[in-house]
Amino acid sequence: MSSQEKTKVVLLACGSFNPITNMHLRMFELARDHLEDTGRYRVVKGIISPVGDSYKKKGLIEASHRLEMARLATLNSDWITVDDWESQQLEWVETAKVVRHHAELISSENNNDDVDTVKCGKRRKLEQNTIICQSSSYINTKEDPPRLNLLCGADVLESFGVPNLWKPEDIEEIVGRYGVACITRCGSDPEKFINQSDVLYKHRKNIHMVREWVTNEISATHVRRALRRGQSVRYLLPDPVARYIQEHSLYSVESEQKNDNAILAPFQRYTSAN
Amino acid sequence: MAGRIPLVLLACGSFNPITHQNMRLFELARDHMHQTGLYHVVGGIVSPVGDDYGKRGLVASKHRLAMARLALQSSDWVSVDDWESKLEDWTETVVTMRYHYNRIAAQYHSSKDLPTVSEVPELKLLCGADFMDTFKVPGLWRDDHVEEVVGRFGLVCVSRGSLQPDRAIHESDLLSRHRQSIFLVREWVHNEISATEVRRALRRGQSVKYLLPDSVIDYIREHNLYTQDSEMKNKDVKLRPLTKQTIQD
Repeated sequence: MSSQEKTKVVLLACGSFNPITNMHLRMFELARDHLEDTGRYRVVKGIISPVGDSYKKKGLIEASHRLEMARLATLNSDWITVDDWESQQLEWVETAKVVRHHAELISSENNNDDVDTVKCGKRRKLEQNTIICQSSSYINTKEDPPRLNLLCGADVLESFGVPNLWKPEDIEEIVGRYGVACITRCGSDPEKFINQSDVLYKHRKNIHMVREWVTNEISATHVRRALRRGQSVRYLLPDPVARYIQEHSLYSVESEQKNDNAILAPFQRYTSAN
Repeated sequence: MAGRIPLVLLACGSFNPITHQNMRLFELARDHMHQTGLYHVVGGIVSPVGDDYGKRGLVASKHRLAMARLALQSSDWVSVDDWESKLEDWTETVVTMRYHYNRIAAQYHSSKDLPTVSEVPELKLLCGADFMDTFKVPGLWRDDHVEEVVGRFGLVCVSRGSLQPDRAIHESDLLSRHRQSIFLVREWVHNEISATEVRRALRRGQSVKYLLPDSVIDYIREHNLYTQDSEMKNKDVKLRPLTKQTIQD
């Protein structure tokens, strides 16, 4: 299959990244390898989108720090970037909206690439003194915009079942209109889970289950715990991130108490709407 | 850390290649030994095994040393030592331990006038839980060597996933006798990243980024290490300890 026939994919990971760890970064690498291994896809970009402070998760430190740590972590990556749109919004933004925002951005970027070709076409047409034609058939190099896939762990997919955490139409949009690359743990049964959900089953073609054969469970929770206890987190996250945390004394007993009495934003929004 | 026993941790192994997990062991062990209140960790040594070990897929020691050095460049307390790898034949772990202990003791005695440590540092072997099970393999260890490694020096053993070193200690009279010189460190992060997995991923053209330092990955690419061919190395060769030590009986 020639490279033109491969579908271009952008992977978008939403989450707290509190802090970012080697496990988060591995997810991107695993997903890219998996998708490209099918021969049908070419992964062109990865986006890390840290959640805003208004998410109100316990222990969530300022977005400015979480963004900077993610940036430090991806300095050495030639395809993974960090985006601050979500975290800059005043209110918490549903994942579906974040996905939509990035999909639209990708789409318009793609259209801008075609604008120049259209202009050339216009010029040629004018020279020939005929009506300007802007249909895509006129330009034979127009490409579809890359497909946006939400990159996540199996826990996110399973959280679709938690009452009032997701709007049903959002789930439908994410898996139906876009797609999901889901990293599954060794021992878990991803197909069973898809089978048990009608909406997931309906869009199973858009759900890519990426098997993680070798367990690598470096959770941010664990990292924060180690830091509170004065233990080393070296080699669990990139060195620049570990240094940044040390320099700014992030993650203490106090920081973990943040939002202790707050209600997680989605629960607040959806339960009050009912 | 006044009043504490100075301690050096020595890790022997293939380091084929070194991974973040190897380096994590040092960090975990240091934290643990400090938390006992008894020790002050003053150094760490990575000692890659020699080529004559005969392990399947073992690439040349010069590469394994280079990669370990790259990986530990930014460490201010762990360093790489090539003494073991440069010996004529494979050498028993206890011999390597004696060498390093004597070297450290000599260093201490020669700098007595400017004491950086209060007494001669202890040397302990740093290992993962899977290492404990190797004591059971017939012909792999001499009993008197195990006695010396565990009894005279001591072990700092980091548990790994479901592997519980307690059981290995329980099932061995020798190890049970030296229970006080075996320090068990619990690794709560379930992390099964191993050099075997890294080599497998590399053979299949998969990414190993974030499992080992970028500098090591670059080195592997430059020298095209870890291919189908490299994994065939020593395919029909018997592990050297098994042939060397039977002669002694």
